[in-house]
Amino acid sequence: MNDSRARLRALVQHPEFARGAREMVGLALGIGAWGLVTGVAMVKAGLPAWAAVLMSLTVFAGTAQLAAAPLLASGAPAWVVLATAACLNLRFVVFSTQWRPYFGHLPRGRKLLLSYFTADLNYVLFMRRFPEPRPSAEQLPYFWGGVSVNASAWHAMSLLGIALAWHIPPEWGLGFAGTVALLGMTYTLLHDRATWLPAVVAGAAAVAAYALPLKLNMLVAIAAAVAVGVAMDQVRAQQRAAQRRASA
Amino acid sequence: MSWDDVEIVLTIVGLTAITLLTRGFFLVPEREPPMPAWLREGLRYAPIGALVAVVLPEIVMSQGRLIATWQDARLFGVAGATAWFVWRRDMLGTILAGTGTMLIFRLGLGW
Repeated sequence: MNDSRARLRALVQHPEFARGAREMVGLALGIGAWGLVTGVAMVKAGLPAWAAVLMSLTVFAGTAQLAAAPLLASGAPAWVVLATAACLNLRFVVFSTQWRPYFGHLPRGRKLLLSYFTADLNYVLFMRRFPEPRPSAEQLPYFWGGVSVNASAWHAMSLLGIALAWHIPPEWGLGFAGTVALLGMTYTLLHDRATWLPAVVAGAAAVAAYALPLKLNMLVAIAAAVAVGVAMDQVRAQQRAAQRRASA
Repeated sequence: MSWDDVEIVLTIVGLTAITLLTRGFFLVPEREPPMPAWLREGLRYAPIGALVAVVLPEIVMSQGRLIATWQDARLFGVAGATAWFVWRRDMLGTILAGTGTMLIFRLGLGW
């Protein structure tokens, strides 16, 4: 007991914990706005308030909640609700392959706990902070620092949204704050040409495939970005090989 | 508690399980799942793809179609956010500038 408390204190006092939290604070306004919108939408979809609170506190996946709420409220069969959520969460399966080099060596219980908190922005910030896929001592503190801000901003604002559902005018367009937060995040990732092309192609794919059900256009876009990225890596490798041959 | 309520609770438990299952899919198993090296490398591009896939449709589409007018408050919001980001590079300011500009055009001009 004392041992785990000491471990927790060491984690929280690690400078990377503060850094992870600080970098997430920049996005917290967007996360909060998004949580608020999700809370409002769940109630307006017809879900009883107690169910919205339960869902908000346990499911912890905004897009899945937004899609599941109206289905649940309209009495859709449970398997339809679950299948919809599973499709919306498929991107996390892709992301989970990338968490493995960093956290794969941890005990299984800890990996389960970590997995639960690997939401989109935790993933994006973490991969930006640690581009080299190998474990280091700073990673867990950084991760939990970000989670502490991300999860509390999300839960607090989502509960507020549930409480105020009928008092927030939709024309305030609060969801837009969440979109802009993600836009800012996108800009920070677009630092070099190596990501511009995959980003543009992914954007076009996401719009073109928008009519697909269950937000499957997201998976199409991710696949397009990865395909273009792989092709670019190949071309660059060949160019380097050709240059070496020419200079030899 | 009615049977409907029980069903809602069970479905929410199932949704939580799906969150855990998808996020831990390749992380939690003991043995590393086999994956070709090029794919592992290529997955570096997944985050940018996912972000753009969420952001772009929210900006340029409404009711499932591309917008056909430039008189859309969201476009000006994006311009405001982009300008702030290029100028200052900070997140909070970008969010405030984007949302503020959008609200000015939406509430002020009704776009």
